Amino acid sequence: MRRPFEQIVAEYGPVVLRVCRAVLGPQDAEDAWSETFVSALKAYPDLPADANVEAWLVTIAHRKAIDVTRAAARRPTPVESIPERPGLTGRPDDWDGDLWRALKALPDRQRQAVAYHYLAGLPYKEIAALCGGSTDAARRAAADGIRTLRDTYPRLTDQSGVAR
Amino acid sequence: MTTASDPGPGSLFAALPTQDAPAMARLHERLVDQAQREGILDVAYRTLETPVGRLLLAATVQGLVKVAFAVQDHDTVLQRLADEVSPRVLAAPARLDDVSRQLEEYFAGRRTRFDLPLDWRLSKGFRREVLTHLRDIGYGRTESYAQVAAAAGSPRAVRAVGTACATNPLPVVVPCHRVVRSDGSPGGYAGGPDAKLALLALERAA
Repeated sequence: MRRPFEQIVAEYGPVVLRVCRAVLGPQDAEDAWSETFVSALKAYPDLPADANVEAWLVTIAHRKAIDVTRAAARRPTPVESIPERPGLTGRPDDWDGDLWRALKALPDRQRQAVAYHYLAGLPYKEIAALCGGSTDAARRAAADGIRTLRDTYPRLTDQSGVAR
Repeated sequence: MTTASDPGPGSLFAALPTQDAPAMARLHERLVDQAQREGILDVAYRTLETPVGRLLLAATVQGLVKVAFAVQDHDTVLQRLADEVSPRVLAAPARLDDVSRQLEEYFAGRRTRFDLPLDWRLSKGFRREVLTHLRDIGYGRTESYAQVAAAAGSPRAVRAVGTACATNPLPVVVPCHRVVRSDGSPGGYAGGPDAKLALLALERAA
C-alpha cells in the first residue's frame, strides 16, 4: 500500500529542500528539488512498500544535485548573479549567505556527508553507499566538514547561541 | 534517523529554515506543472465548499473519477484512489476547474445537467449499468429503486440497485440522489440523508 504522493511531498519536501540548499546553495537548490520530485513521482508506483522513503528521496536528490552542478558548470554564469551577501529581504530563499559560503568552501564529499547525515539523518553506511568509499570515510568526511564549518562559520555556534 | 542525539552540529544549520512555506508552495506548483506535462499526474484532486459540505473532487486524464462527501473521510478516499487507480496523486486544482465551475452553477440553481468527461473505472458490471441509466432521470425528478431496476433490465434486482447507488463513485454528478424508496421516503445516501434531502429540495426549488 503506497500513500498518495501528495503526502510524500508534504512530509519530506521540506527536508529535501534543506538538503538541496546545503549541497547546492540557494541558486540551484530549487531546480534540484523539482527534478528530484518529478523523478520520484515517476518511479513511485514501483517503490517497494517497505522502502525508507526519506533515504530513497535523498538518493535521488544526490544524483540530481550532481546533474544540476554539471549543468551549472556548462552554463556561462554571470558573476553578479550570485549576490555577495544576500540581505534578509524576506525572500525565503535568502537564507544566511555566510553559511552557504562556508558550505561551498568544503570539499564536495564533506559537504554531502554533512548534509546527508545532519540534515537528512542518513546513517554513514548509506552515505558511503551513495557517495562511494567506506562507512568510516563517510564518518570522517562529516566530522572534518563540521570541524571546518565551526571555524569558517562562527556566526552562530552552540557556545554563544547569538548572532555576532 | 534523527539528529536529536547530536544537537551541536545541527545548530550550525539554524540559518537554513526547516519549514519554508512560500518555497514549498512554489515548488509544489512547479511539480504539478511538470507532472501534468510529462503525463504522470495520474490523479489530480481538490476540495470544494458546497451547501452539502466540503466535497473532494478527483480526476484522471480521462475525466472525473471520484466525488466524495466529508462524511466519507477524504483521507480514506485518497488512500483508496492511490490503491485502486494510482499512487501518483497530487493536489492539483487546475484539472478540476471545469468540474468546480459546473458544481457551483448546479448548487446556485443555474445548472440542470453536467457536461463533463467521466472516468467510470471505479464502478463495474451491473452497478455501472445502473449508474449509467441514472443520467436519464431528469433534474427535479425521482424514480424508485424498483423503477431503476426495471429500466436496467433486471426488475428483481432492487437491492442491487440500492448497492449501486450506495457505492456510486460520482455522487451529485451522477444523480443517485434522484432514486428514492417506492413510498417516497428518500432512502440512504453516501453523503448522509440530510445531503440527499438538500439536493432534492434544491432541484424542486429551482
